[in-house]
Amino acid sequence: MHETSTRCVRWCALTAVCAVFFAGSAAAQQSTPPLPQVDPQQLRQEVDKLRQELLALRDAYEQRLAALELRLASVSGTPPVAGAVAVPPPVTAPPQAAPVAPPTDAPVASTVPGAGGPQGALPVYGNPSAMSKIFNPDIAVIGNFLGAVGKNDIAPAPVFEMGEAEATFQAVVDPYARADFFLAFSPEGVEIEEGFLTLTSLPGGLLAKVGKIKQQVGKVNTFHAHSLPWTDRPLANVNLLGGEEGLADSGISVSRLIPNSLLFLEATGELYQGNSGVFQSHTRSDVSWVGRVRGYRDITEATNLDVGASIARGHNDAGPDFTTRVFAVDAILRYRPLQRAIYRRFIGRTELFWSDREQEDGTVPAFGMYVSGDYQFARRWFAGARYDWSERAYDATLKDKGGSLMLTFWPSEFSQVRGQYRRVNFAEGVRSNELLFQFLFSIGAHGAHVF
Amino acid sequence: MVRIMKTTTIVAVVALAMAIATTATAQVKVVTTTQDLASLVAEVGGDKVKVESLARGYQDPHFVEAKPSFVLRLHSADLLVVVGRELELAWLPPLITQSRNPKLQPGGAGHLDASQTARILDVPTGQITRAMGDVHPSGNPHYWLDPGNGRRIAKAIEGKLAQLRPADSAYFAQRYADFDRRLTEGERRWKAALAPFQGTRIVTYHRSWTNFTDAFGLAVVGYVEPKPGIPPSPAHTLTMIQEIKRQGIQVILVEPYFDLKTPNAIARDTGAKVLVMPPSVGGVKDASDYIRLFDYNTNLLVTTLKSLTGR
Repeated sequence: MHETSTRCVRWCALTAVCAVFFAGSAAAQQSTPPLPQVDPQQLRQEVDKLRQELLALRDAYEQRLAALELRLASVSGTPPVAGAVAVPPPVTAPPQAAPVAPPTDAPVASTVPGAGGPQGALPVYGNPSAMSKIFNPDIAVIGNFLGAVGKNDIAPAPVFEMGEAEATFQAVVDPYARADFFLAFSPEGVEIEEGFLTLTSLPGGLLAKVGKIKQQVGKVNTFHAHSLPWTDRPLANVNLLGGEEGLADSGISVSRLIPNSLLFLEATGELYQGNSGVFQSHTRSDVSWVGRVRGYRDITEATNLDVGASIARGHNDAGPDFTTRVFAVDAILRYRPLQRAIYRRFIGRTELFWSDREQEDGTVPAFGMYVSGDYQFARRWFAGARYDWSERAYDATLKDKGGSLMLTFWPSEFSQVRGQYRRVNFAEGVRSNELLFQFLFSIGAHGAHVF
Repeated sequence: MVRIMKTTTIVAVVALAMAIATTATAQVKVVTTTQDLASLVAEVGGDKVKVESLARGYQDPHFVEAKPSFVLRLHSADLLVVVGRELELAWLPPLITQSRNPKLQPGGAGHLDASQTARILDVPTGQITRAMGDVHPSGNPHYWLDPGNGRRIAKAIEGKLAQLRPADSAYFAQRYADFDRRLTEGERRWKAALAPFQGTRIVTYHRSWTNFTDAFGLAVVGYVEPKPGIPPSPAHTLTMIQEIKRQGIQVILVEPYFDLKTPNAIARDTGAKVLVMPPSVGGVKDASDYIRLFDYNTNLLVTTLKSLTGR
C-alpha cells in the first residue's frame, strides 16, 4: 500500500510538473513578447517561485492522498493501525492547484454520434490509478547460477553459467480456478517450463490441470531445478526420461483422492501431446499418457512415508510404429521433529525406473535407479549423498554409474549456496571427477515450498 | 457420448449425495492452521463443531510442512480458519489448492481469515525489502497474543458459524457471550498480576510478542535474532549482551521451538534469565486452551519477575 501511495504521489507530481510546464510555456508564448535579453536574476526568481509552487502542490496532494487512504481504510473496515503515522486532516489545496488538475480522458470524440467510433464506454488503458495493479499475479524470479570444475569428457558443463532464471506468475483466476506460470530463461532461450490452469472447484473430489505440465512419472521429474536437493538430476532421469528437462508436455492431468481410513491415496491420469523427453509424436493421435498412484501415511508426527508408482507410454523417435513404456516406483521417507523443525530433518529418497523402448532391432529393456539421503544438521546447513545407476534407454548394455556428495548452506530462506562432488563412471569407460557448485536466489513473492 | 453422459450423471449423483450428507450432519467440521484458533473455535462452537488444527502449538507456525495428510483433513472440512498476514504463506496455499474443496478456496464461504477484524501491530511503513529479514508486509502475524484480539477473532468465528449454521446462531451467540465474560475476567486477572511490572524491559528471540507486551505494558528492547527469521549472528549477540548489561534487562523470552544455545550464552554473560514461553495454545501441556495460555504465561512471567526483583 505504501509503495502504491508513493507511486501515486510520483504520478501526481509528474502530471503537475508537465501541466505547469505546458501552462507556463503557453502563457509565455501568448502574453510576453520574445525577450531578446533574459535577465538571469529574474529567471532564477521565476524558477524558485515555480519550485515553491510545485512543492506546495506536492504537499497538497500528499495530504489529500493520506486523507483518502484514511477514508478508504475506514470504508474497508480495517481498524486504523495503532502506531501508524498520524495523518493530518484533509487540507484544501491551494488555489493555484485547481486549474492544474488535468482534464480526464476524453472518450467524447468517439462516442459522439456520427464520430464513427464505437459506442458506449471505452476501456481506459494505462490507468494511472495503482488500484488496477492489485490483481497482478504474484511474481518471483529465481536465479540458478551453476559452476563446474574438474574433468568430464562426456557431458562437460561450462565453468560458469547463469543456467536459468525462472520467472513465476501465480494468481487465482476466478472462483473456480488458479493459474501458475513458470517461464525459464536459459542460455538456450525462453521456454514455458510449466504453465497451467488448476480447476479447484470440480465435484467428486477431482482436481484437474490443463496446460504445460511436468509429468508425474516418479517424483524428481516434477521438481523444478531450484527445488532439487542436488545441482543436477540423477542419471536415471537423464538416461530413461530424457535429459535435464525431463518429461514436461502440453496436456491434461486429472487426479482424484481415493477415500479410505488408512492413508492418503491419490490416483492421477494424464494425457499429453506426446512430444517430450523420450517421447515423440508422429501424428496428432500419437498422444502419450501417464497413470500414477500415490500413497502417503504419517508414521509418527515427525516421520512419514510417501510412495508412488507411475506408468507412462508414448511413441518414440525410432519411428511411427515404435513406442516407449516407462514404469517407475518412488519412495520417500521423511523425518522432521516438529519442535525442532527449523534445525533438523532427514529425507531419504529412492526411485526405480524400468524402460521398454521399441526400436528396429527389438525391444530394449533398460533399468535405472538412484538412492539419496539429505540431512539437515544445523539451521542453515544440509549434507547429502546420492548413488546413481542407470542403463541407457536405447542400449541396455551401456551402464552409467556414479556417486555424489552435497553440502548446502542457506543464508536465508531466499538464497542457497551448494557444492556437489560428483564422480561418474560412464559406459564408454570414461570417468568424470567434478566439483559442481550452485547459487540459487529468489526475489519477489514468497513462494510455497514443495513437499 | 452415452458413456460421457453416464459418467456425468454418476458424478452429479455422487456430488448431490455428498452435499446432502454434509448438510445432514449436525457438527460443522472446522480446520484451523494453529491451535490458538482451534481453541477459539471450540469456545464458540461447543459441541456443534468438530475442530482440529494443522500445526501444533510447539511448532514454528512459519515452517509447517504441507503434508498430504493435511489435504485429507481440508478435503472434508466445512470451514478453514487461518491466521493470515502471510504467516502460513509457505505451506498453506498448495494444501488449499489440493484440497478439492471449493468452500475453502480464498473467497469461498468456508474460508475465514482471522486477522481481518484483529488489531494488527508492526505494519511496516516506508520502503520494505528482504534486507530487513523475513518481514511481513501486512503486519505482525502473532496478533492472537493480545486478549482483545482473541475476543475479536472469537466474534468473527461466531459470525461465520452462524452464517454456516443459521439454526444454531443463538447457541453460538450464547457461547461467545460466555467466553467474552471469562476472557474479560481473565484480562482483569492478568493485568492485575502484571501491574507491578509495568514498563519492565525484556528481550525476546523472535518478534512474536509485540501484541502481548503491548497488551500488558512490557517493553521489548531487543531480539536475539538480528532480523526476523535470520538466525543469531556473533556480532549481533555481542551487541545484545552489551545492551542487556547496559539496560539491566533480566528476562529473555524464547519460543519453545527455538534453539536455546544463544539465549543461554547471553544469559551466562549477563545474568539475565531465559524463559521458555509458549506463544501458542499447546506450546506446553498446561497451556491447553486460549485462556489457560494467558494464565500460564502471566503466571510464569510474574513468578520469575517476583523472584528477580524481590517485589
